[in-house]
Amino acid sequence: MSSDSVSNLMKGHMESLAAEGKRADGRSINEFRNVSIETGMINTAEGSALVHLGKTKILCGIKLLIGTPYGDSPGSGTMTTTAELAPLADQSFDPGPPREQSIELARVVDRGIRESRMIDFDALCIEHGEKVWMVFIDLYILDNNGNLFDCCTLAAAAALANAKIPNVQHGVADEDVDLPVTCWPISCTFGKLGDKVILDPTSDEESVMSARFTVAHDENGNLRAAQKGMNGAFTDAEVREAVKTARKSDNVLREALKGI
Amino acid sequence: MAGQTDMELIKDGIRLDGRKPDELREVKITAGVLDNADGSCYLEWGNNKVYAGVFGPMECHPRHKQKADRAIVQARYTMAPFSVNDRKRPGLDRRSSEISYIASQAFEKVVMVEEFPKASIRVDMQVVEAHAGTRCAAITAASVALADAGIPMRDMIPACASGKVNDIVVLDLNKEEDNYGQADLPLAIIPSTGEVVLLQLDGHLSPEQFEEAMDLATSGCMDLYKIMRDALDKSYGGKK
Repeated sequence: MSSDSVSNLMKGHMESLAAEGKRADGRSINEFRNVSIETGMINTAEGSALVHLGKTKILCGIKLLIGTPYGDSPGSGTMTTTAELAPLADQSFDPGPPREQSIELARVVDRGIRESRMIDFDALCIEHGEKVWMVFIDLYILDNNGNLFDCCTLAAAAALANAKIPNVQHGVADEDVDLPVTCWPISCTFGKLGDKVILDPTSDEESVMSARFTVAHDENGNLRAAQKGMNGAFTDAEVREAVKTARKSDNVLREALKGI
Repeated sequence: MAGQTDMELIKDGIRLDGRKPDELREVKITAGVLDNADGSCYLEWGNNKVYAGVFGPMECHPRHKQKADRAIVQARYTMAPFSVNDRKRPGLDRRSSEISYIASQAFEKVVMVEEFPKASIRVDMQVVEAHAGTRCAAITAASVALADAGIPMRDMIPACASGKVNDIVVLDLNKEEDNYGQADLPLAIIPSTGEVVLLQLDGHLSPEQFEEAMDLATSGCMDLYKIMRDALDKSYGGKK
C-alpha cells in the first residue's frame, strides 16, 4: 500500500528501525533490493527490457523512427522519454493524462541518459539537417513497490543496450546495427526516514519518508543528474554523504546490467 | 478490412502461419503476476502480450458516476507506444475508448455488481505487444484477473474473433489476415449460458458465412475458457 493509509504507528516503527540501521524488510540502510533484468521480450520494439527491483516491476520499450532534427542541432538524433504510471500498478494511480508525478519521473530518467550522452546522438544522423533517428524511450510501470526512479533508469539503460537501429526496415542501410551506447548512467535514490537516510525505499517507506534524493553517476564516478523531491529536506552533509554512498552502492545495479 | 487484395492468405487449407482454418494461436495464461493489484493476469496469445490488473470493489471516483443500487466496472484498455511497429502515441485514443467502454459493459453483465452499491471495480488492460486480436486477448486476460481478485462473478467471459480470408471462414485472425482479410468478428460469451456479451463485426459476410463465423468464434471461446480455468486451477487448485 503506498496510499496515505500507513498509520502513524507504522511511521514510528519504521523510523525507530532506521535509527538502529535496520529496515522493515531486513535490509541494511544502504542496500538495494534484489534486481533482475530480462531483455528482448517485445518483438515490435527495437529494444526492450523488463526489470524487477524487489517487487517493483517496469517494462521499457525503445522505438526508433526517422524524423527531422532540431534547427540548433542539425547533425544529431533526438530522444523522447515517457513514463506511464499504469493504473494496474497501484491503486492510487489514476487513469488519465500524465500527472506531474509521471512527468517528473520521465524527465529525471531522460536527464540521466541525455546529459551523460549515453546515446551517441551524432551517430544517429542519417542526412545532415534533414533526416535523423528519433529515439523513443517508453517506460511502463506494471507494479509499484517503490523507487520507480532507479528502476526506470535501469530499465531504460537495459532496453537501450538491447536496441538495434532498424536500418533494413526503413531502407537506410543493408543491416541493422546496435544502438551506439557510450556509457552507463545509473541512479541511486535515497529517502529521509526520521533522522536517517535510506537507499532504495519501498512504497511503505516512501509513504512515511519526508524527502527524496536521486543522483545518477556514469561508470567513471562522475555525476550526471540529480533531483531532490518531496516536501522535507536533507542537510548539506546528508546530500554529500548520499552522493558518496551512491558511487559505492550502484555497483550491484551495474553488475546486473553487465549480465544481460 | 480492405478486402480488396489478391494476397493468398490461405492455401490448401493451411494459413500463412501454418494453422488450419479452425485453429487458435497458442494461448498461455498466468494468473496473479502482479503484487499490488488485487487480481492480475499475464496472457500471451500468439505474439500478443497483455497484462490485466484489477482493483476493487472500492469507493467510486468520480462520485457522479456512482450508482445507488450497484457497482460500476471501469475498464480501461490501452496499448503501449512500443506495442506496434509504428510508435503509437501514449494515452487513450478513440479506438481505445470504445473498446474500454464496451468491455466495461460486458463485465458488468457477469460481475455481481448488485452486491456492491456505489462501488467501483477498476479493470486495467495493458497491451504491450500487438499482433491482431488484442481486444479479445485483453478481455480474456481481464476475466482471469477479476477471478484472481476474488470478485464475485456469474462466470468468466472468454473472447475470441473469427473472420473471413480468401472467402474462407477462419478462427482467430493473425496480423496479415486482419489487415488483408475480408471480415473480422470479435465475440465474447458467457460459457455457462451461451449468452453474447460483446460482438463487433466489420467487413463482408454472407448470412451463411455469418452463421459459420458465429459457430467458429463460439467454439474458440469454449477452447479459451478451458485454458482460463486451467490457469486458475494452477494457481488455486491446491493438491491434486
